[in-house]
Amino acid sequence: MPTPSSLDDFQRDFAAALLGEATSAAAQALAAQPGFAVYRNTVLRGCIDALAANYPTVATLVGSEWFEAAAGRFARAHLPRDGSLAAYGEGFAEFLAALEPATGLAYLDGVARLDRAWTEVHLAADAPVLAASSLAALLPMELLDTVLVPHSAARWVNSPELPIFTVWRRHREHARLDDPLDWRGEAALLTRPGAAVVWRAIDAGAAVFLDECAQGRSFAIAVERAFPAGSVVGNDSWLPALVAAGAFTRLEP
Amino acid sequence: MHALTAGLGLKADHFEEALACPAPGLWFEVHAENYLVAGGPRLAWLEAIRAAHPLSLHGVSLSLAGVEPPDAPTLAGLAALVRRVEPALVSEHLAWSRRGPHYLPDLLPFPRSGEALVTVCAHVTRVQDAIGRPIALENPSHYLAIEGHAWGEIDFLAEIARRTGCGLLLDISNVHVSARNTGFSAEDYVDAFPAEPVVEIHLAGHRADPILGERLLIDSHDAPVAAPVWALFERFVARAGARPTLIERDAELPPFAQLLAERDRAHKRLAPVVAAL
Repeated sequence: MPTPSSLDDFQRDFAAALLGEATSAAAQALAAQPGFAVYRNTVLRGCIDALAANYPTVATLVGSEWFEAAAGRFARAHLPRDGSLAAYGEGFAEFLAALEPATGLAYLDGVARLDRAWTEVHLAADAPVLAASSLAALLPMELLDTVLVPHSAARWVNSPELPIFTVWRRHREHARLDDPLDWRGEAALLTRPGAAVVWRAIDAGAAVFLDECAQGRSFAIAVERAFPAGSVVGNDSWLPALVAAGAFTRLEP
Repeated sequence: MHALTAGLGLKADHFEEALACPAPGLWFEVHAENYLVAGGPRLAWLEAIRAAHPLSLHGVSLSLAGVEPPDAPTLAGLAALVRRVEPALVSEHLAWSRRGPHYLPDLLPFPRSGEALVTVCAHVTRVQDAIGRPIALENPSHYLAIEGHAWGEIDFLAEIARRTGCGLLLDISNVHVSARNTGFSAEDYVDAFPAEPVVEIHLAGHRADPILGERLLIDSHDAPVAAPVWALFERFVARAGARPTLIERDAELPPFAQLLAERDRAHKRLAPVVAAL
């Protein structure tokens, strides 16, 4: 009678067999049983379903067959690391960008970045939203040296060349999908000022401004980098719009 | 506090109906992992349900039979969630799902050795210490013949309960599925299961394997509870008395009223027993 393997040996063999890497005799014997496919399918199905839940716009755009194939490849290469699959799929946008065969959808990874932003905003920690009155109370000179700290539930995505936000929001808002697209860059801000995730288009400069704020730069430096001399600022309401959307949590002197 | 009879797994699609449902003895169970998040609407939603109904937190990823102990951040998150919603029940599975840095989203089997017994007891104790209360441990579904078992499943669970003070969650559907798949009598299992530590019962639908048919049953949670499972439930309750009983449904979700009707069947069996206590 063979010596029973240790718990560690058994689990090592079992995990290898699950991932199709059964090399030991024990792993091959396990994998040869008809019931083993149940575990293999459940593990992969759990990953794919979580990705479909977390990237619903991507799944709609490419259809279930293509999505499941891509999600399966992602899952095998990037198994979950957290027992909660609510946030599973970090890096899926980059994976899609590098994926062969290309889908012919140039905006797919950008849409995935927006799906990811939605999930991160949805799950982020609760925190106070900076009130417009707090900003208004500052003297102009004080404002220049102040850091506007982005809210834990604020994400922004900038796409310099493709209208990813229009594609994404048409699906999210169940709007008409066949209207012609204006093929130019877009930026978007997703926030959670109340109970739900909301989104809006923002100026590309505003996205750079938010990047600078997230780096801890003062208002003066962030504005200078976001809107270099000579660049066109569409209107001067971009900052009140960011504040009203809940993009910031507090001011740091 | 009113006595729990039969409960339902809580699904986002049914939130409004679940919140408003006045059925006596009703409670809801959620997978704890879905609420181990930093903040936001999910937690607000759970708190609203908790304000209206008793709640059960059912873990699926603590990997109690894994070689490595449950990690500290996960336990801290679970402890915070327990403090936040004050659940009536907290449970996990006799299974493993973590290996090194990876989470394998399933409830995986292992040889019930003396080493495994010591490992699981240590991990159950670690969880109970972290959350400050006992958990219930569930018998999983089995699909494989595993070599190296030194213990039968019932004795193994009973011994863990004895050593750690944990309760047991008897999943009667898993007994039915495992009995068929690995060749034992489900009736004998239910008759031999120690009644006293059981704090919760699970009932769920299953499905025959699409290729192998009735020779391999899959614990799919995508169908109504089958007749043989109801018969096993009746058999256990007749011997052991009433326990909070969950109707689990995770896929092919029917309208809420249909799930509630299935839940009412269990409630009608349990309520007179609870009332007579």
